[in-house]
Amino acid sequence: METKKLSRVDYIFKPETNCIDTLKKVMTMEKEEFILELIDSGLKGRGGAGFLTGLKWKLAAEAAGDVKYVICNADEGEPGTFKDREILDRVPYKVLCGMALCGYIVGAREGFIYLRAEYRFLVPKLRKAIADLNVEFLKIGLTFSIDIRFGSGAYVCGEETALIESMEGKRGEPRNKPPYPVTEGYLGKPTVVNNVETFVNCVIIAGIGHQEYKKFGTDNSRGFKLFSVSGDCSKEGVYELELGMSLQDFVDEFGDGDTKAVQVGGASGFCVPRKKFPDTIIGFEGIPTGGSMKIFNSSRSMYNVLHNYLEFFEEESCGQCSPCRVGCQQLLKGIVAVKRREKSSPYLDELMKLAETMKVASKCGLGQSVGNAFVSIIENFREEIVY
Amino acid sequence: MSKMINLTINNMPVSVEEGTTILEAAKKLSISIPTLCYHEDLCVAGNCRVCVVELVGMRTLQASCAVPARDNMQILTNSMKVRQARRHIIELLLSEHNADCTKCYKNGNCELQELSNEYRIGNRLFADLVTEKNYTIDQSSPSIMKDDSKCIRCQRCVRTCSELQAVSALAVSGKGNHMKISSFYDHPMHEVVCTNCGQCINRCPTGALIERNYIDEVWEAIYNPNKHVVVQTAPAVRVALGEELGYDPGERVTGKMVAALRRLGFDSVLDTDFTADLTIMEEGTELLTRLKKALVDGDTSVSLPMFTSCSPGWIKFIEHMFPELLPNLSTCKSPQQMFGTLAKTYYAQRKNIDPKDMVSISIMPCTAKKFESVRPEMRDSGFQDVDYVLTTRELAIMIKQAGINFMQLEDDKYDRFMGDSSGAAVIFGATGGVMEAALRTAYELVTGREVPFANLNITPVRGMEGVKEASIKIENVKADWSFLEGAELKVAIAHGLTNAKKLMTAIRDGKASYHFVEVMACPGGCLGGGGQPIPTSPEIRKKRTEAIYAEDEGLPIRKSHENPEVAAIYADFLSEPLGHKSHELLHTHYKARKRY
Ligand SMILES: Cc1cc2nc3c(=O)[nH]c(=O)nc-3n(C[C@H](O)[C@H](O)[C@H](O)COP(=O)(O)O)c2cc1C
Ligand code: SF4
Repeated sequence: METKKLSRVDYIFKPETNCIDTLKKVMTMEKEEFILELIDSGLKGRGGAGFLTGLKWKLAAEAAGDVKYVICNADEGEPGTFKDREILDRVPYKVLCGMALCGYIVGAREGFIYLRAEYRFLVPKLRKAIADLNVEFLKIGLTFSIDIRFGSGAYVCGEETALIESMEGKRGEPRNKPPYPVTEGYLGKPTVVNNVETFVNCVIIAGIGHQEYKKFGTDNSRGFKLFSVSGDCSKEGVYELELGMSLQDFVDEFGDGDTKAVQVGGASGFCVPRKKFPDTIIGFEGIPTGGSMKIFNSSRSMYNVLHNYLEFFEEESCGQCSPCRVGCQQLLKGIVAVKRREKSSPYLDELMKLAETMKVASKCGLGQSVGNAFVSIIENFREEIVY
Repeated sequence: MSKMINLTINNMPVSVEEGTTILEAAKKLSISIPTLCYHEDLCVAGNCRVCVVELVGMRTLQASCAVPARDNMQILTNSMKVRQARRHIIELLLSEHNADCTKCYKNGNCELQELSNEYRIGNRLFADLVTEKNYTIDQSSPSIMKDDSKCIRCQRCVRTCSELQAVSALAVSGKGNHMKISSFYDHPMHEVVCTNCGQCINRCPTGALIERNYIDEVWEAIYNPNKHVVVQTAPAVRVALGEELGYDPGERVTGKMVAALRRLGFDSVLDTDFTADLTIMEEGTELLTRLKKALVDGDTSVSLPMFTSCSPGWIKFIEHMFPELLPNLSTCKSPQQMFGTLAKTYYAQRKNIDPKDMVSISIMPCTAKKFESVRPEMRDSGFQDVDYVLTTRELAIMIKQAGINFMQLEDDKYDRFMGDSSGAAVIFGATGGVMEAALRTAYELVTGREVPFANLNITPVRGMEGVKEASIKIENVKADWSFLEGAELKVAIAHGLTNAKKLMTAIRDGKASYHFVEVMACPGGCLGGGGQPIPTSPEIRKKRTEAIYAEDEGLPIRKSHENPEVAAIYADFLSEPLGHKSHELLHTHYKARKRY
């Protein structure tokens, strides 16, 4: 398997001088040609699910209809992620140009930023950038307008179909898929939903070309990515790293020297214990992450960590589907009962099976990923849960 | 024809039209997949997940009610993976469900209970989540009881209330472990926009939403030697009651029902159909009077179109949602309430009974009638006109309690006084029926001829289309009605309140104009009422509809004005339609209500 050494890169936050030129360049290309470029770059979505971005745009471009939408998912609700805020704060033009680029390619004239309510302080900056770009778009003959919509604090509204429901003024509950948003999204029209960072990557690929982009990362995980590093670390913050490094390299760089475990991918991700650091690749061939990297040192109780995540899910489940709504409550109650000796430790095995059911039977990614943290923590730290 | 899709389910090949869900495809192979949130009348939710199946090659299971079949799919509906998940889901639902089955009103007619039984869920694997939530039962409504401890959050009621009824009295509130089905800010049900139609009850898979039942009160009355207990039965009951008692949908059990009622011990078994016929006389006359005032006298205060007022769910809906159109509502009380007042006046006098010693019971396909009976407007006899309203389901329970072998009963006949009816009254139970009955009478009144439809069947007003329109040309009228010569009477019919809303919006905005409009709150009309046997489905409504029209065709009298008892009551008691006494006893007015 291809791996990379940990290396810092600087593409995403590089000053945004020539986005408009990049847009102009793409506008001279055939749309299909750019879609191929994007597919060849291997870029996968940066919001967590990792769908091939080029393919998503292709599907939206091919979807029938003259009204289509582009949505930038800036809900950033995953515990331990704070990289989208940084992007919107430092390079808003790149995000907006990425959305415009998408609009041009798929045939959408309207875009929305679905902004986490806590990020309202970014609005003046974003509005100014939008106003500036309106002028620029006009100059190069691009018809694309962007508006801002606010989330209201529910984690599940980061899930793309719940996000769309919420934008339509309804309760933020995930929809059945299919149909996917690329065919039936906002107001029933074909819609591309991408993460903030994904849009920036698209602009970068348009600028440097897929050949150059592909030099970064591995077969399965092309390019570079922002990591939100937090927990027991030597230097917390947002870092741009090439994809494909081992978790060991990562911990050596960011840990505090006493790292016991890393939660890769936030509450919905996986917990990796120390002994597996060397063999764990950060990326789609190993453990993918939307950016959240939470480091725990040996002073931490993994029971508390798990308890905390389960409390989060118990509250943040939208509550519509039974495996997730009730399952979260049972997992939480279950570990408490085991800890209190009200249930014996084999009950944890029953709960592990339940977690598997939740993974395969829940309606959306939220319920499907509760089992990730649960199973990985119980498997690796069972004694901390029981005793 | 659309494209055909070929797939296999449990290794058996099947070919279905594009767009067919896996669930429907499985039905074609006679494979049943359990469901809870799925209901034929509602949009697909895919939230209970008990219908998940394995799609070979996919990690996640698929909700078969929501996922369309695609070519070359290999589906397994009973693999170990599916069984494990399904079992877990049932156990999870049971853990948040107050599974006090033996004491539950829905014991024996509960989809969760059935599933739990099918999967032989014995020991309780998971922790009980009910106790800590401190649920209370909302008994504030005279029609509906809401018990959240029995709720499995399938949202059928929510979808019913918003999609079918455009009321949205019930909605989802909270998320995660706090997610539940709420009325507006959890106000008690009797304070909110709820129309009491009971369509939610009819679709609740468990005992979370049930009717307020008055079975014990009725037994008390029957066994009270000092009370004279009369019972009336609505037209739609006779074509549905059988479903609760061993018959297939569509069986007409009028005679057996009458026999059973007699055995239960009612002093007099009477027919709401009698006052349905009376309603036609009153409402028809009211319509003609309004038309005359508007067309001849140029009276601009007259509101047209006139709306029917038989359906109490519809009445409460218009009070909340379209109060500006209240003047258009016919002032006629519903047949149930006309019957109620007449029972304690006309009937009491004739039988020489003190009305205070009477108890008046009605058997209705409807839960809104329970609310209607306790409205302050409904005491014109000097007493509460109708004392207790039972649904078709409650009557079935009483029959079972009494140990009556319903299927073996000999047919019996209604009592002679206030027990006669016409076919026109019977069809009140189907959408379009009041309209058809009114047209049969009004047309003949005005022209002296029968309506120009084969065998009196006015087919354009029949059927399950949400909003129906029809018009009938009036020619060669009798002298009294010369102002109607050549007029085209335009009518519309809506059933289900979502359709009513559409129609009302069009009328209010001046986008549609009619003379007479029939609205029934429930899909299909009363035969699909909220008090009817569970389940009710499009197929079952169809069967009941056929039964209603068959009942009509089988009766010797098929026009309200030809019911001899109707003639008699005008001769002996009321003197004339819309007369002084009618106004006093049979008509009323409604008022605007708040909108939450
Ligand atoms: C519970 C849940 C929360 C999510 N939250 C976010 C989020 O905050 N931001 C985001 O970009 N994607 C989030 N996603 C993923 C989105 O559904 C979607 O896959 C993503 O926005 C697609 O963009 P991408 O392909 O560029 O990653 C979430 C998914 C789930 C299931
Ligand atoms: S998995 Fe959870 S968040 Fe997703 S639809 Fe089901 S209840 Fe809602």
